Amino acid sequence: MAGATPLRVLIGKVGLDGHDRGVKLIARALRDAGIEVIYTGLHQTPEQIVASAIQEDVRAIGLSIHSAAHKTLFPRVLELLKAQGAEDIVVFGGGIIPDEDIPILHAQGVRRIFTPGTPMQEIVDFVKGLGQ
Amino acid sequence: MCGLNRQVRETYADLIAKGVQGNQRAVARFLSLVESEDPEAVSTVHSLNRGATWAPVIGITGYPGVGKSTLVNQLIRLYRRQDKKVGVLAIDPSSSRTGGALLGDRIRMQEHATDPGVFIRSMATRGHHGGLAQRTQDVVQALPALGYDIIIIETVGVGQGEIDIVTVANVVVAVLAPGLGDDIQAMKAGLLEIAHIVVVNKKDLKGADTALRYLKEWVPCVIPTQALTGEGVEEVASAIAARVVRPQPAGTVAHSG
Repeated sequence: MAGATPLRVLIGKVGLDGHDRGVKLIARALRDAGIEVIYTGLHQTPEQIVASAIQEDVRAIGLSIHSAAHKTLFPRVLELLKAQGAEDIVVFGGGIIPDEDIPILHAQGVRRIFTPGTPMQEIVDFVKGLGQ
Repeated sequence: MCGLNRQVRETYADLIAKGVQGNQRAVARFLSLVESEDPEAVSTVHSLNRGATWAPVIGITGYPGVGKSTLVNQLIRLYRRQDKKVGVLAIDPSSSRTGGALLGDRIRMQEHATDPGVFIRSMATRGHHGGLAQRTQDVVQALPALGYDIIIIETVGVGQGEIDIVTVANVVVAVLAPGLGDDIQAMKAGLLEIAHIVVVNKKDLKGADTALRYLKEWVPCVIPTQALTGEGVEEVASAIAARVVRPQPAGTVAHSG
């Protein structure tokens, strides 16, 4: 198996939000695409997400947010990564996020936001593209 | 590997030195290099002075869903109260079809995620079949040198024959739950044969007394627990401590330095 080390990503839910159907589908689809997915479960703080991502040495963090707190939680995760010198870890996300907020999140450093209805393959291709 | 895109490749000695100082990113990167079979990282691990940095390695194994991760979470709590730095390797299977994996053990341990004295790393088996990941042995050897006092390995959820843990751990704890079979199951070769300690978790469930009775006929050390509440975990830790003996330096593998 030497040489072809799988891409590792952390997939998580942050904050007070129990809607995990979507995030589990994403985690499973990425698994089926040959990715090592670390799933951290519900109700994580940004601190827990960032500490876990660092320990797991992942290429990217994917966050699912359905609580309308995306304009607080994404910047906090980015800020914590920066504080640890880990800005090279890509942050992306999805959930119920209004279109007008997406450019704001991009400007803050979130690489991509996937909203409901996105074909699964698009998300898989995006994540796989991070490994190249 | 994950770090390939990083422009700055720190030297191995730098990573280890930073790791010992508590830089978890350095620990994580070093473990990734070992796990990806980077020859220099692996040879660095092999040359680390094992005698000076020895730490007990506790293997937690057992069937899927019996509460291994929850028990590990409780053991971390207990060792942190003793002010020990804990390194955890949590192993889950890779897909034989795609090579992907869903690594979910740490969900039960996330209360420790931000504790600088705890390092939890999920490992996928990457084609290895004995219940451990491909490079578990090397990663385990690296952790004491990176400053961890106790190493806990959680195997994949095993059947009866995945017993590689016995070659890596100083003490093997097999976790069972009520309702998994009769006294003949307790007599079979394999998992229970190699375990030093057998834990019957979920002792509040129906059938726990029967399971304990069957097991006690054949297994010397059986402990009932309810890992969710922490009941019985101190007894498990005591039994682990009683089993773990630091090897004499003369008996260890020859090393440089």
